[in-house]
Amino acid sequence: MRRPPHTSKLTDPHAAEAALARARAVVAAVVDPEIPVLTLEDLGILRGVHVEAGRLIVELTPTYTGCPATLAIRLAVEAALAAAGLSEAEVVTRLAPAWSSDWITETGRRKLKDFGIAPPARRAGPLGLFEDVKVACPRCGSTTTQKIAEFGSTACKAQWRCETCREPFDYFKCI
Amino acid sequence: MIDTTTRLVGAAPDASTAALVAYVLGLADDALVLGHRLSEWSGRGPTLEEDIALSNLALDLIGQARLYYAYAGEIEGIGRDEDALAYLRDEHAFRNLLLLEQPNGDFASSMVRHLLYAAFLTPYLQALAGSEDRRLAEIAAKAGKEMAYHLRHAAEWVIRLGDGTAESHGRTQAALDELWMYTGEMFQMDAAERDLATQSLAVERRRIKPVWEASLDRVLAEATLSRPADGWMQTGGRAGQHTEHLGHLLAEMQVLHRAHPGATW
Repeated sequence: MRRPPHTSKLTDPHAAEAALARARAVVAAVVDPEIPVLTLEDLGILRGVHVEAGRLIVELTPTYTGCPATLAIRLAVEAALAAAGLSEAEVVTRLAPAWSSDWITETGRRKLKDFGIAPPARRAGPLGLFEDVKVACPRCGSTTTQKIAEFGSTACKAQWRCETCREPFDYFKCI
Repeated sequence: MIDTTTRLVGAAPDASTAALVAYVLGLADDALVLGHRLSEWSGRGPTLEEDIALSNLALDLIGQARLYYAYAGEIEGIGRDEDALAYLRDEHAFRNLLLLEQPNGDFASSMVRHLLYAAFLTPYLQALAGSEDRRLAEIAAKAGKEMAYHLRHAAEWVIRLGDGTAESHGRTQAALDELWMYTGEMFQMDAAERDLATQSLAVERRRIKPVWEASLDRVLAEATLSRPADGWMQTGGRAGQHTEHLGHLLAEMQVLHRAHPGATW
């Protein structure tokens, strides 16, 4: 069994700075288990990495309160940090400010589309009754699309259909 | 802002702590009981899409319940975690609203129940997001965003059903008439909760009533349904006096955890 390299408390400022930079890079590159093309950074759920009293603190925020991926993401972050020799890091959940789909980065939006998931169509905010957003098909780009169901395979997605290329697709909802 | 978690660590529970724990447990039990009821629709929704929708809504509520239970356990400070609070308390210790433990009935009934509650909870959480209790404010801000689409989903269904066929209209009106007597409890507060509201930790429930009525009236008008007249209101949920339905719900929800304490998989 390979042991992670020995780590000391981050009291030495140079060591702390180097560890912090490495931790940021490692955590930012962890992927979402349900949409594995997106990193935590793309998704906007990585809220900060810092050193507090000689300890590395990683702050994550959940997308939806009931999202079953939250625990898997936390474990993936801990595993990635341990593999990088940063096993003394602590992963904490930060609820405020509440996550918004507006925080998905431009890179994230492009990756979603390339993966076949239409990115959020507008800025977050409540929709009126029977109101729908205009969603472009991630495959053919047509905006002649139709919502099949507001709820899909994960909390963050809805099911849509393209009337032009006839393909069904997932749409990442605005919240 | 008061960071209650820090303030109370190691402190013996006093009256104000007990009041806050009871209040947070009420919010938690509301979310868990309604979440469990919705989860009973999993696999038996009227259409596949709606089955998935109801399961998604259930998941949101159970996620919200976990945040409240975890917080209640921390401030209570006697070592009960979210599982202990959800699975190891008996019926009379549950503080949820009677409305939320009512059986699902038909789909119209479940959607009416959801509308009645989401139309209340959405503005309530918006107000609670301004609580002086930082943790509650954070949970409320998060949960409020989710309840906004719960309200929209339920409202759209009530409109489709009410303004649908004679059969769907009749069933939806019947559900509304049947459940109306449980709505008064949403606006009731005991002395302890009133005290928390005075300290801006909780929300004065009466303040939400005009917003709830306006939101409900708009939906009911479009649904061609009539708001029932206020009559006798059933209460008791907050004091642990429940309808006969909660015991059955808990028996099913808690059996595994009680039969196999600490089971993991």
